[in-house]
Amino acid sequence: MEIPYSTTARPDTGVTNSKLGIWLFLASEVMLFGSLFSAYVLLRVGAPSWPHGWAIMNVPLGALNTAVLITSSVTMVLAWVALKERDLSRYWLWMGFTVLLGVMFLSIKAFEYADKFQQGLYPSTNTFMGLYFTLTGLHALHVAAGVVVNTWLLGAGFTMWERDPDRLTHRVEAAGLYWHFVDIVWIVLFPLLYLL
Amino acid sequence: MIARWLGMPVAAAAGAARLDLTMGLVHALMLVLFLGWGGFFVYTLVRFRAGRHPRADYAGARSKVSTWIEIAVAVAEGLLLVGLSIPAWASRVSGLPPEHEAVVVRVVAEQFAWNIHYPGPDGVFGTTRPELVSPSNPTGLDRTSPHAADDVVTVNQLHLPVDRPVIVQLSTKDVIHSFSVPNFRVKQDAIPGLMIPVWFVPNRLGQYDLVCAQLCGLGHYRMRGTVTVETPEAFDAWIRTREATR
Amino acid sequence: MTTQSSDAHAAVPPFWRRTLFSTDHKVIGIQYAITAMVFLLVGFFLMMLMRWQLAYPGRPIPLVGGLLGATRAPGGIMLPEFYNQLGAMHGTIMIFLGVVPLAVGGFGNYLVPLQIGAPDMAFPRLNLASYWAFAAGGVVMIASFFAPGGAASSGWTSYPPLADIATTGQTFWLAGMVLLITSSLLGSINFITTIVQLRAPGLSFMRLPFFVWSQLVTSFLLLLAFPPLEAAAVLQLMDRVAGTSFYLPSGLVVGGKAMAVAGGGSPLLWQHLFWFLAHPEVYVLILPAMGIVAEIIANSSRKPLWGYRLMVYSVVFLGFMSFLVWAHHMFLTGMGTTMSAFFQTTTMIISIPSVVVLSSLVVSLWGGAIRFTTPALFALAFLPMFGIGGLTGLPLGLAATDIHLHDTYYVIGHFHYVVAPGTIFALFAGVYYWFPKATGRMMNARLGAIHFWGSFVTMNLIFMPMFIQGLAGMNRRLYDAGVQDPHLQGLQPWSVLQGWSAWALGVFQLVFIVNVFWSLRKGSRVDANPWQATTLEWAATSSPPPHGNFAVIPTVRRGPYEYSVPGAPADFTPQNAI
Ligand code: HEA
Ligand code: HEA
Ligand code: CUA
Ligand SMILES: [Cu+2]
Repeated sequence: MEIPYSTTARPDTGVTNSKLGIWLFLASEVMLFGSLFSAYVLLRVGAPSWPHGWAIMNVPLGALNTAVLITSSVTMVLAWVALKERDLSRYWLWMGFTVLLGVMFLSIKAFEYADKFQQGLYPSTNTFMGLYFTLTGLHALHVAAGVVVNTWLLGAGFTMWERDPDRLTHRVEAAGLYWHFVDIVWIVLFPLLYLL
Repeated sequence: MIARWLGMPVAAAAGAARLDLTMGLVHALMLVLFLGWGGFFVYTLVRFRAGRHPRADYAGARSKVSTWIEIAVAVAEGLLLVGLSIPAWASRVSGLPPEHEAVVVRVVAEQFAWNIHYPGPDGVFGTTRPELVSPSNPTGLDRTSPHAADDVVTVNQLHLPVDRPVIVQLSTKDVIHSFSVPNFRVKQDAIPGLMIPVWFVPNRLGQYDLVCAQLCGLGHYRMRGTVTVETPEAFDAWIRTREATR
Repeated sequence: MTTQSSDAHAAVPPFWRRTLFSTDHKVIGIQYAITAMVFLLVGFFLMMLMRWQLAYPGRPIPLVGGLLGATRAPGGIMLPEFYNQLGAMHGTIMIFLGVVPLAVGGFGNYLVPLQIGAPDMAFPRLNLASYWAFAAGGVVMIASFFAPGGAASSGWTSYPPLADIATTGQTFWLAGMVLLITSSLLGSINFITTIVQLRAPGLSFMRLPFFVWSQLVTSFLLLLAFPPLEAAAVLQLMDRVAGTSFYLPSGLVVGGKAMAVAGGGSPLLWQHLFWFLAHPEVYVLILPAMGIVAEIIANSSRKPLWGYRLMVYSVVFLGFMSFLVWAHHMFLTGMGTTMSAFFQTTTMIISIPSVVVLSSLVVSLWGGAIRFTTPALFALAFLPMFGIGGLTGLPLGLAATDIHLHDTYYVIGHFHYVVAPGTIFALFAGVYYWFPKATGRMMNARLGAIHFWGSFVTMNLIFMPMFIQGLAGMNRRLYDAGVQDPHLQGLQPWSVLQGWSAWALGVFQLVFIVNVFWSLRKGSRVDANPWQATTLEWAATSSPPPHGNFAVIPTVRRGPYEYSVPGAPADFTPQNAI
């Protein structure tokens, strides 16, 4: 028997299963990063002194990365719109861009990490560096997961298009919601770690 | 008396009576609730067993008594909270006596012992530094620092004069421990990085157990000291011999 | 996969696909239940070892002592470090690998789709992934016993700095927890979506069986409370593996040597994050139990639940409030008056909905025609047992009395009354009640009664003396049961009684295990609805239900507990009856 409401919205709740599922998932992610941000605040308030992020971090690179991620959120939306309008080549273009920008973000991040290690800055150096590596590391894992999902939606997962285009569109929408969330987390992290 | 009924150790500090009263009242409330509901429950099971009452009544109980009981429980809890528990806590935390009227002593916990540090006659603690910690100097006291010369350091032996307020400045060198003297109704976690004041007024001569209440490793069970509450004269004499043998 | 059941190959998948990697919620539910019961047994076994040491400190453990090895029990005599491992792992296994997987993964998975008239869970493959993440977490946890230095030994609460400096087992513990948390998150997303989206036509929220409500609230707790523990675990992993000092302040001197870390961290940060999870977690342990008990009480008293609506509002309120009481576990960490007043107040407030639920269940019995079947025995005993556990929460919730009781056996007594003769009894009740649905056979009632009375008596003999011990000031987590503490003299006979009761309890569990296996083959066969129940899993499908659950999706026309409706032909009117 088919599982109902996997592609069409249930009339009285107004959502599909996957839409509700992804929102629930994001709620738990909010709690995850919310706790880490509270930990940041608690540790910072309790510390006798705290370094300035801008004195240690490479602010231009961080700002560039912020721009990269925001742009990728836009291209993700464009990809979804294209799919909704059944415009395949435009979907490939924008989704391709999204994946590329994700990879670019990760490469810049990797470069920054290597740079820090070269300067002798490690997670164990002090609480600030510990938080920097933990928070951005966990965020980078989320970005990487997003890149994998998006790549799959571009390649292997795309075989679904023939069978059930609506379903694929829903998946792209869900992946998009996740991607925006990852973007928002970064928008909080950037000032917290680079600017304050 | 309440302590006896509940099987608690003999109270030996001034604030204990209030805690024991709270303990007694809350247990009385619990007992009344349990016997009340329990009686109703058992009666129902007997009265409405299928053998005796084969056809169930769709509507069931119509009385509102349970709602009133629930409200009464809430009120009783509120009274215990506002009338006893919160004030008792407030006096415990913020009722610290002035330092000059009290015996001030530092207790530094470690795996698995209590280091006791008295300031000596001058009433001022010498400087302590983590680098100086060694088996013969467990608190890292810098004997060359200004007020250190007359300080007294003991292990697991806490002596206190009777009927005088005591302020224990509690800290720990390694992991979390918990300073617990059941007879005083005193318990406080020692948190690394913090110095937490605990106060009480011992009012009964005798020797009491000072135990560690927080899991602190494999020797947790044997991390135990003795509190000796003695007359002021005996206490002074003891401090003087400790100074002499330092 | 359900959606492919029309495919030619998928019609008859090979045996291992059908059993191990099936996406049918019923198969996954049974996998969860069996795995969890095995873990309960493991936790039970660890507990029996502990109780030996507590009854006879320093005496060689009989039978198994010699098998434990020199790092745990040289000459069969338990070492303190091994006792601490047993305590930490007993707590962890019972909660995270036993009760939660059985109550949510097992009963929830099996029953929720059936009770709401759905063909399966909303995301069948996610369900499978959730089971395997759980199984992997369990393997890592058990493997930790063989790590150098043994398993985690800092309590199930893993307070740093102790846990930060503990042996490798603690790293296993953290890794295992991350897997278990992942499993719970996947599961809870699935449950909420299923309950919200896949309810059969006519099944409005106020017609849901109370069990489904309890699962819904539980899932929200898991969804929102587990991520903070995941965050906390990640930070502790960093402390242990990458040399950070999130939980380590500056200036620590461990074993006479200054610790070589940067410092600047806070040990209390862990406690806040941990209890922010762990308090809601205790309601995760109790809510499904309340759900099971409610189903069985309605069925065996042959009348509707009294105050169904109020009960629903109470559990929703309970779920919400459970996020606001966490620091009542931390009264003695140096808390000021304002904070303590806040948390004492929320703690008293949260006790009220429990009182309401329990009262409603007791009052539901009034006017019934109570049948004392095996599930009914366990479900009825749940009520006073949870009552004792809940009531003893009150002196712990008042900060003043908690000063004396904190970290004593009173706390151990409090929560074991809620989880053991409370939750565990409810789970037993559920096994006896739904066994015929899952297998098509009844469990033996005589063995069931022996199991019940034996467990009831021995559990009370174990846990009741804990209040005496706690009030006398006997601390928990004591390797030697406090025999050397002058102020605890005279208490040791209780420990001996508890020990023997614990082993006797073990014997009565054997009766249960025998009953399960015997009934699988020899139990009397049953039709679809042997308990004459009203909810959909009984009224609308066979025992056991087929793949896809229902021949046609049932239409619901009334509330869940329409027993003894005046003028009805039978004393039960199923939810889908016309
Ligand atoms: C399922 C688990 C569960 C449940 C439901 C509860 C319920 C409650 N708990 Fe408990 N608790 C734990 C599991 C649980 N707890 C655990 C595991 C710990 C220890 C953790 C550790 O440190 O390792 C703990 C510790 C703990 C502490 C910390 C103690 C300390 O460390 O010092 C506190 C303090 O406030 C507390 C309070 C409460 C309260 C007020 C309730 C309330 O919700 C209870 C409300 C219920 C009632 C008030 C009952 C109503 C009764 C009736 C109406 C009578 C009916 C009678 C008949 C039918 C005969 N609990
Ligand atoms: C859900 C949680 C849970 C459960 C069910 C139990 C069950 C039991 N626990 Fe446990 N316990 C904890 C959670 C739990 N415990 C925690 C969190 C701690 C604190 C740890 C710490 O200090 O950090 C603790 C600590 C603890 C201590 C204190 C140790 C100390 O402080 O030094 C003791 C001592 O007696 C104890 C005893 C028992 C006993 C006798 C039972 C009995 O009631 C056991 C009953 C169990 C069963 C009856 C299950 C039997 C299973 C089956 C029959 C399955 C059959 C299988 C198949 C069919 C395949 N427990
Ligand atoms: Cu120190 Cu326990
Ligand atoms: Cu709690």
